[in-house]
Amino acid sequence: MDLNLTAEEKQFRDELRSWLEANVPKDWSEWREKPIEESFTYLRAWQRKLYEGGWAAVSWPKEYGGRGASLMQQSIFWEEMARVEAPPMANSLGLGLIGPTIIAYGTDAQKKRYIPKILSAEEIWCQGFSEPNAGSDLASLQTEARLDGDDYVVNGQKVWTSYGWVGDWCELVVRTDANVPKHKGLTVLLIDMKSPGVEVRPLRQMTGESEFGEIFFRDVRVSKENVLGSVNDGWNVAVSTLMYERGSYGARLHLIFRRNIGRLIELAHTLQRNGRAAAQDPLIRQKLAQCYAEIEIMRLNQMRAFSRITATGVPGPEGSIQKIFWSELNQRVQQVAQELMGPYGQLQAGDPLALDKGIWAYGYLRTRGNTIEAGTSEVQRNIIGHFVLGLPRSY
Amino acid sequence: MQFGLSESQEILKDSARKFFAGECPMEEVRRLMETDTAFDEGLWAKLAGQGYTGIIFPEEYGGVGLGKVELILLMEEAGRALLPGPFFSTVALAGSVIDAVSSDEHKKKFLAPVCAGDARSTLAVLEASASWDLADVKLTAANGKLSGDKLFVTDAAVANFIVVVARNGVFVVEAKAAGMRITPMSGMDLTRKLYAVHFENTPAEKIDETAALSKAFDIATTALVAEMVGGMQRTLDTTVEYAKMRKQFGKPIGMFQAVQHHCADMYLETESSRSSAYYAAWALEENAPDAGTAVSIAKMYASDAARTVGNRGIQVHGGMGFTWENDVHLYHRRAKASETAFGDATFHRERIARLVIDTGMVSAKHA
Repeated sequence: MDLNLTAEEKQFRDELRSWLEANVPKDWSEWREKPIEESFTYLRAWQRKLYEGGWAAVSWPKEYGGRGASLMQQSIFWEEMARVEAPPMANSLGLGLIGPTIIAYGTDAQKKRYIPKILSAEEIWCQGFSEPNAGSDLASLQTEARLDGDDYVVNGQKVWTSYGWVGDWCELVVRTDANVPKHKGLTVLLIDMKSPGVEVRPLRQMTGESEFGEIFFRDVRVSKENVLGSVNDGWNVAVSTLMYERGSYGARLHLIFRRNIGRLIELAHTLQRNGRAAAQDPLIRQKLAQCYAEIEIMRLNQMRAFSRITATGVPGPEGSIQKIFWSELNQRVQQVAQELMGPYGQLQAGDPLALDKGIWAYGYLRTRGNTIEAGTSEVQRNIIGHFVLGLPRSY
Repeated sequence: MQFGLSESQEILKDSARKFFAGECPMEEVRRLMETDTAFDEGLWAKLAGQGYTGIIFPEEYGGVGLGKVELILLMEEAGRALLPGPFFSTVALAGSVIDAVSSDEHKKKFLAPVCAGDARSTLAVLEASASWDLADVKLTAANGKLSGDKLFVTDAAVANFIVVVARNGVFVVEAKAAGMRITPMSGMDLTRKLYAVHFENTPAEKIDETAALSKAFDIATTALVAEMVGGMQRTLDTTVEYAKMRKQFGKPIGMFQAVQHHCADMYLETESSRSSAYYAAWALEENAPDAGTAVSIAKMYASDAARTVGNRGIQVHGGMGFTWENDVHLYHRRAKASETAFGDATFHRERIARLVIDTGMVSAKHA
């Protein structure tokens, strides 16, 4: 066990640090609170810059434009990005989930066609997985693709699609064989969102915004060359994407959480409670300390998981611990924020008296989705029960 | 950066697990817990023979000279076995205090016999106030003598000497010293006996000022957390095993999600406690600037987790879990005693608040 950086890790960090110092935009704080629709061009330009510097996808193999960074170097990457308060990248699903899946399952032609434009943010990707009747039970999805000559003809509906409104391409899971057990008749298609018959509708969520969309497919033709992996092997391809989702997200989230707790502690020194600073109130102190500690444990769990993956070579179902941990913790942190701010906590963006431009009212509502998206807490606990602890399958 | 165990650390942990399984199986734990002191000479000699009683102490005093990470791996396995007797009191409490604060001469006198397996010891801190805040210690030595009471002293009856924290220094009192009276307190943990220690003009040898104690307390606290992790792991393992075997409604109960989710939470709580314990040990070893915070984070989390893991373990075991015959309650008893030792979650949250909220350490820490 040695948590000091190795010489190689230090070199990686220093190189990145000096690149960021020279290149990170200084005006992100003016854009941060704006709706993503407005800042998207800005985020695209930032990703383009990272791409040109060779920093857009450090985890990818060198031959595909990455740096072959170890998991530890990836955490260093996100730490450094957070340290300089760098903006996020526009094509986050393409870089984090879909690109790695194409690298793992794609043909040479597919890699050549899609990978560079994922890196440069020239083509934004979205994910067509969930359906109105297929959420936790993803394998029961019904969107069908029927072979007609050299094309598949796709009909159906997807829901909860992040970046649907701006997506150029979609990693779409469809049913290609309805006569076999549900996991065995699925295929992944790479589909051009501008194809005739594709319609995207915004889905208004409880926060009032439309981060997600619904996608409707009516007789959409997709060349069979756009199958990712093998026909009817789509379940394995999709699960591989979900593993990336559960594994990598935590590293970045920790940094957001740390910024949140730092801000709450700052606020606790200025907000009053019972005639003194809230930071002096014993109960508030207890609650903030609990949040601080759990955020730190989230980081430690992540680092231990990374070390285990580095040692064994396989990302395992322990990603499910992280998913449960961060999502439930985020809800607790937001509740503590509400308690700290009292009646002010409810004020939304636009209200002149709202603290921090209403981000805490938004955060309180938004985090309800955390224990649902990317696999509900219930499904994650099933995964731990069955795949980690070896208990019999419950469903 | 590598947050996994090295090969030699894996070997140490593995051999400790085998040693405890062989030398201290549950039948032996149950036999010892029914005795007055939960202490066995033969078992102690074997622990010393393995080098365990000197694991972190310098080689010049007969120790093995290993680090804090190695100590907690050993404590984790001791915790898994529910090792009865004064091992924790001697090595993690008294030993680490002597090692941290005293002179070469005192180390020769007190640490060397511990390493050799010739002496057991313990640490007396708490008084009637039951406060872990050293500022609340009232007992004061006058002219090299102590008069007053210490409470909740673990394994005092089998200690060859007791390390006593007084207002004006750290002292050592030899067993059978004049005016010392040791009376049992009936604690919940049957494997680690508690005592009240009364001093009346009892001669005491001063080994240092109290200033250096906080590092030793941090080592002891981290060792305790590691022991709690071992207990949680054993509770989880036996619970999962039971859930696979026990059938109701024609199925193993582990097939029901209500049961599975208890087990998943036990796993999450155990692993998270382990991550925080390992990090705290490493931070102490490296004298990292956040070592104190790391120790409090670990004790805070594990204090609550050890209890809830036990609660869930008993619940999943159903009626069996409520019997004397089942071992889960023995771990649950130990967990309750350990929860309050060296401060419970509330105590450590306040310490974290002092270290983090009052100093504005949050953003600076990782820079």
